[in-house]
Amino acid sequence: MRGFTDTLRRELRLALRQGGDSLLVVMFFVLVVVLFPLGAGPEPGILSRIGAGIIWVSALLAAMLSMDRLYQSDFEDGSLELLVLSPAPLEIIVLAKAAAHWLTTGLPLIVASPLLGLLLNLEVEGMAVMLVSLTLGTPALSLVGAIAAALVLGARRGGVLISLLILPLFVPILIFGVGAVDAALLELTYRPQLMVLGALLLLAAALSPWAAAAAVRQAVA
Amino acid sequence: MHRFANPTRFVRLAGRVQPWAAALALLCLGVGLYFALFSSPPDYQQGETVRIMYVHVPAAWMAMFCYVVMAAASASSLIWRHRVADLAAKATAPVGAAFTLLALVTGSLWGKPMWGTWWVWDARLTSVLILFFLYLGYIALQNAFDDPARGARAAAILAVVGVINVPIIKFSVDWWNTLHQPASLTRLDGPAIHTSMLTPLLLMALGYTALYVWLAIIRMRAELAETKIRAIRYRQASGAAPAPQES
Amino acid sequence: MVAFSGTRLTCIRGERLVFEDLGFSVEEGTALYLTGANGSGKSSLLRIMATLLRPAAGELCWNAVDVWDDIPAHHDRTRYVGHPDGVKPVLSVGENLTFWAAISETRSEQVGQSVQTALDRVGLDRLSEMPARFLSAGQRRRLNLARLLAAPARLWLLDEPAVGLDEGSTAVLESMIASHLAKGGMAVVATHDAVPAGARRLELS
Repeated sequence: MRGFTDTLRRELRLALRQGGDSLLVVMFFVLVVVLFPLGAGPEPGILSRIGAGIIWVSALLAAMLSMDRLYQSDFEDGSLELLVLSPAPLEIIVLAKAAAHWLTTGLPLIVASPLLGLLLNLEVEGMAVMLVSLTLGTPALSLVGAIAAALVLGARRGGVLISLLILPLFVPILIFGVGAVDAALLELTYRPQLMVLGALLLLAAALSPWAAAAAVRQAVA
Repeated sequence: MHRFANPTRFVRLAGRVQPWAAALALLCLGVGLYFALFSSPPDYQQGETVRIMYVHVPAAWMAMFCYVVMAAASASSLIWRHRVADLAAKATAPVGAAFTLLALVTGSLWGKPMWGTWWVWDARLTSVLILFFLYLGYIALQNAFDDPARGARAAAILAVVGVINVPIIKFSVDWWNTLHQPASLTRLDGPAIHTSMLTPLLLMALGYTALYVWLAIIRMRAELAETKIRAIRYRQASGAAPAPQES
Repeated sequence: MVAFSGTRLTCIRGERLVFEDLGFSVEEGTALYLTGANGSGKSSLLRIMATLLRPAAGELCWNAVDVWDDIPAHHDRTRYVGHPDGVKPVLSVGENLTFWAAISETRSEQVGQSVQTALDRVGLDRLSEMPARFLSAGQRRRLNLARLLAAPARLWLLDEPAVGLDEGSTAVLESMIASHLAKGGMAVVATHDAVPAGARRLELS
C-alpha cells in the first residue's frame, strides 16, 4: 500500500486546515432534512414513514455536493500531475483520497443522522439499522463519486454535470440503504439488504480505484 | 492530422453498407407497421391499445442494445485506441437515447388506458428512466470539453462504468419494486405470445436495428467530415499566424 | 551506457498537430535543451517524456525498452517539474516537500534527512515551519525544484525551470543540474534563455 498512508495523512491535514468544509457539508445535510417537514407537512405519521428516505436522499445530495472538491484544487495547482507521475500506484492514491473524503464528510453525516432521526420521529429500531446502513453505504458513495469527480475535471459547468453523472450510479445504494431501514421498521428481516449493501461496498472498493485512476490519467493528459 | 483522422477502410465499408441498411430499415418498418396496426388481431384483454406494444417493446430492446454497443465500442476505444470505435460510441449515444425516450413515452401512453395514469413507478419503466439519465450524462460529458478528444476519453470511461452498473441498477429497481408494488401491475406483455403478434414484433425489432445502423453510419461519416474540416482550419490557422497558444 | 530516447514521435493536442516524426536521445551524464517558439511543442514533448501524454505515433525507449511497457519503473527514475508548482498553501514548507519525498521514496527513514538537505540547498531551510501561503512566487518555484533533491532520480524533466527565479536562484538551479549530470544523471530542459555553452540542444519549430 505504498503511498496510501502518506496521501491519507496529507488529505486529512488539508481538510482540517482548510477547515469548515466538512462542517458546511453537515450543515447542508441538516438543512435539506429540515426542509422536508416544511414541504411535506409536520404530521408525525408521514414523517416517521418516509424519514429513512429523507435522511438517505439528503446524505446522497450532501455527498454529491462535496464530491467536486476531491481533485479540483490538486488539478488547478498542478499537484494532480505530480500524483499521476509519482512512483506510488495511482489506484492506491485515489483510494486514499476517497477514504479521506469519507472520513471528512461521510463520517460526520453518520454522526449527525441520529439527531435528525429524532426530528423526523424515526423509531429506535429503525435508527440502529439506519446507522449501520449509512456506515456501509456512504463509503460506497465516496468511492463511486471519486470516478465521476475525475471525469468532470476541466469540464464546462462541472458542478452541474457531476450530479447528472453520479445520481444514476447512486440509485442501488439508495434503494438498499432505505430498504434496510424500512424492513426494520416493519419488523421484517433486514439482513439481506445490509448484506447487499456490503456487497456493493466491496464491489465499489474493488473496481472504482481502477476507473477513477483511469479517469484522473485522462484528465491530466 | 490527416493521416490519423481518415480510416479509409471504414469509409469504404460504410459507403457500401449504408444503402442496404436504409432499404432494410424502410422495408421492415413499413411491413412491420402494417402488420402491427392493421393486420394483427386486437388483444382479448387490452383491445386495440396492445398495438402500442409493437412500437414500445422493440424500442426498449434497442435502448439496452445501444447502451451495450456504446460501452463495447468505448471499451475498445480505451484499450486499442481505435478511432472508428470512438466514432461508433459517439454516434450510438443519441440514437440510443432517442430509442430510450421513445420507450418511455410509449410506455406512458400505454400506461394511461392500462393503469389509468400516465406514469407508474413500475420496475421496467423506472429502470428505463435511469438508463435514459445514463445516456444524458454520457452525451453531456462528451460535449463538456473544448477538446473533442478529451470529451471522448472521459465519456468512454463513463460508458464502461455505466454498463457495469446497468445490471446492478436493474436488479435493485426490481427488488425495490416488488417491495413497494403489488405484482399485478408489472404484467405488460403476456407470457405466451401468438405468432400473429410475434411476426410484427420481430419485424419491428429488425427494422429498428437496421434504422440504428443506418443512422449510426450517417452520424459517423458526418463526424469524420467535421474532423477533416477542423483539421483544415487548424492548418489554415497555423499557416496564417505563426505563434498559436502554448500547449 | 544508459540512454533515454524517442523515435518518430508525433504529438496531437486538441486535434492540432504539434509535431511529427521527432527524434531525440539523452545519455548518462548529459543534458538536452529544448528551444523553440511558443506552441512549438516543448511542453508537449516533456509531457510525452514523462508519460503524462501518449504520443499519437512513435516510440519512447529507456535502454531500448519501450517506456510504456513498465510505467512504474519510469516514474521511479523520473522527476518532472511543470509550470504550476503544486504547492499547498495551508501546509508548511516542510510538510509540502516531505509528502512528495515520502511517496517517491521507498526508504522512509531517510526522508527527513533528505528533505532538510534539499531545503538547505534551495535556501528555504529557515522557512521549513512556515505555511506555504506566505511564500513568494520565486520561493514557491524553489520549493518545487527542491523535490528533485529530496527524492533523487535518474532523469529530470524540467519545463522552463528558471521562470520566476532571481539571478542567485538561477545560479543555484544551474549548479544543481551540473552536479546531477556529474553524478551520471540526465536532464531534459525546456528553456527560452540562452543554452549553456557546449550543451546539446533540440530546436523545435
